[in-house]
Amino acid sequence: MAKLHTYDVLIIGAGLAGTRAAIELADTCSVAVLTKVFPTRSHSTTAQGGIAAALGNMEPDSPEEHMFDTVKGSDYLGDQNQIEILCNNAIPTVYELEHIGVPFSRTPEGRIAQRPFGGHSHPRACYAADRTGHVILHSLFEQSVRAKVNYYSEFFVTELLLNGGTVCGAVAADMKTGELHIFHCTAIMIATGGGGRIYRITSNAHVGTGDGYAMAFNAGIPLQDMEFAQFHPTGLYPLGILITEGVRGEGGILINSEGEPFMERYAPDMKDLAPRDIISRAIYDEIAAGRGINGKEYVYLRIHHIGREAILKKLPEIYKFCMTYVGVDCTKDPIPVMPTGHYMMGGVPTDTMGRVIADENNTPVPGLYAAGEAACESVHGANRLGCNSLVDTVVFGRRTGKDMREYLAEAQRPALPAGPEKKTEALIKKLLSKTDGIRISELREKMQGTMMENCGAYREEKRMQKAYDEVRELAADYDKIALDDKTQQFNTELQEALELKNMLDFAAAVAYSAMQRKESRGAHSRVDFTERDDANFLKHTLLFKTDKEPHTAWRDVVITRYQPKERKY
Amino acid sequence: MQKIRFRIKRFNPAKDRRPHFEDFTVEAEPETPVLDCLHEIKWHQDGTLAFRRSCGHAICGSCAMTINGQNRLACQTLVKNVGKNIIVEPLRSFPLEKDLIVNLDRFYERFYSIMPYFVNNSPPPDTERIQWPEDQELIDEAASCILCASCTSSCPSFWADDDYIGPSALLKAYRFIFDTRDQAQKERLALINTSKGPWKCHTIFNCNEACPKDIDITNAIARLKLKLNDL
Repeated sequence: MAKLHTYDVLIIGAGLAGTRAAIELADTCSVAVLTKVFPTRSHSTTAQGGIAAALGNMEPDSPEEHMFDTVKGSDYLGDQNQIEILCNNAIPTVYELEHIGVPFSRTPEGRIAQRPFGGHSHPRACYAADRTGHVILHSLFEQSVRAKVNYYSEFFVTELLLNGGTVCGAVAADMKTGELHIFHCTAIMIATGGGGRIYRITSNAHVGTGDGYAMAFNAGIPLQDMEFAQFHPTGLYPLGILITEGVRGEGGILINSEGEPFMERYAPDMKDLAPRDIISRAIYDEIAAGRGINGKEYVYLRIHHIGREAILKKLPEIYKFCMTYVGVDCTKDPIPVMPTGHYMMGGVPTDTMGRVIADENNTPVPGLYAAGEAACESVHGANRLGCNSLVDTVVFGRRTGKDMREYLAEAQRPALPAGPEKKTEALIKKLLSKTDGIRISELREKMQGTMMENCGAYREEKRMQKAYDEVRELAADYDKIALDDKTQQFNTELQEALELKNMLDFAAAVAYSAMQRKESRGAHSRVDFTERDDANFLKHTLLFKTDKEPHTAWRDVVITRYQPKERKY
Repeated sequence: MQKIRFRIKRFNPAKDRRPHFEDFTVEAEPETPVLDCLHEIKWHQDGTLAFRRSCGHAICGSCAMTINGQNRLACQTLVKNVGKNIIVEPLRSFPLEKDLIVNLDRFYERFYSIMPYFVNNSPPPDTERIQWPEDQELIDEAASCILCASCTSSCPSFWADDDYIGPSALLKAYRFIFDTRDQAQKERLALINTSKGPWKCHTIFNCNEACPKDIDITNAIARLKLKLNDL
């Protein structure tokens, strides 16, 4: 028998968005945070370069300029009402983080230090050396300890439960014991982060398996703009580990095999601080033109000219990564880099208060919320600017918490369906009982390969179709998986099998959404439709799960202040 | 590619009465992280092998384990750092759960015991609180701790007495006590001013050797002792 728990609110995921919401709610209602890793292990901790806010500590700046940069960076697909909320709230949000103790690096005047970042017209990235996500996550987690938030650590959520379209709970497995637990609750927040692990090369943690996307999709919730997958230009070659944009913010320059600082040709104005979609494509173009270093699939990122002392002080983690993983002393030699799967702009669609919406008419799903990378508000549109994700998680995490509290004041807790755990139980039983079959890794590696080859930074119809077909075939082969580990306690192989199922579900959604958008916009760049097509595609993709092919609907983009124009840097 | 021999300490609570070693061979480059070798085993040879991991680049703190006798992060240790015969064991001094997974409840309890959160109850200004760069630098290194437990697990004082707060939690105490913006210095110092606090540190320096982030933990504990001495 599964154990039953009752809470007002269930938060799934303990990264920045989930933790911020939990703090907002802890003193007024009962909250449980379910996380598949101990909270400080969440992927938010890997964010390096900064959190965006127009504090103007280095030179004059304003939320309006932050907003315009973000709208332009999104290739005009971001909803401008949401972006305005983001940029206006960014400033008080960063001050609030400082007030709860985040140890930001400081200017000589004792203010929060800021550095330039890609696509931002002023130095806007508030940073703590190159471990900004780490110190913010720890600070928020520490405040959640102070607020006595209940954590269920190493719990893996398998299913959302709805009753007549209203949230009523979730099913989770306690990985330590293998037992199933049912959480009966009034509201749920999906804060499960992204899913870069569908790609062979990624900066994402192993836990970045898009569980929330699959959870929502399988519960009948649409996914929005899933075709927009960001490739970060500077993954450390050959591992794909993130080398922060902060390196270029501090003066780093990309060069090809001819020693040429090639970004001058692609973005004459912003050069190495152009947005990520543009720089990643430039690197691929240089490699395709035979100007990769030593004929291989990487270019160089040069930073040594800013001096050893500055590197060790402002980029200590980067210095150490380079020494450890590739034996490069970046105070003397250039860093080998290549684009790496980094961030999903798409996700579970939400409104201004983090309420999940069920259709193109913005009908809310009662009790269901999402924020952070799991959500698509949409503030990043077709391409996210660096350091806008951290501010997104905290701004919308907080708003979500506030709105959930208001929702709780009026909402009833619907009854659980009969035998809520039966579906999960059957799935796990099946996975644990099969004796002969294929390994998880066989399917996962094929999925990561085809997504990388056929649905990466450059796309075309037949290759995306191939990716979609292959992922669907792999999903059909899922029944053939056999696990070596049939035991209950810490069955990490079982967890990987459940994560693979989630990845197969949402990778298909990425490929399918991508085929629907017959234009090039932001991170979605098609060789068969090379131009942006505002007449037909200035709209959000909404993908619904059906028994056969997914159903596609379109949602209007909210345009308030800035009409779309050509995007040049 | 070269053949790397792994000897891994195994324990499955559903089957084993006590831990034992098992051998595996992995083809790897000198630059391959040990974590990738463990994945190679788990994904292609024996799916039952259990270990924690997440980020893969030394910032989440999940994959601390004992590699050739030293506490290290598997993701930050390359084959060339440890040779062709690699012995992998769970962190010592914590209860064993399964294979390389240990129970860290005691470790987290020590962390919770020192008021591990920033306290400043004065009304905040409209902007940030001013902090001079040299004051921020007092806590910059301590704030880079990833709670991987390598230090506490390597500490002989902790082996002898697991009521000892331990280097990791003391470092966290240092991070707040030396934060010029924090107002709970007195309460925190009172919490650690016991026989289970900094006085239990005998400056053995194991924690410094074990720390994958190169934090000077022993020094932080020594500075806590000086602070207590000034009370």
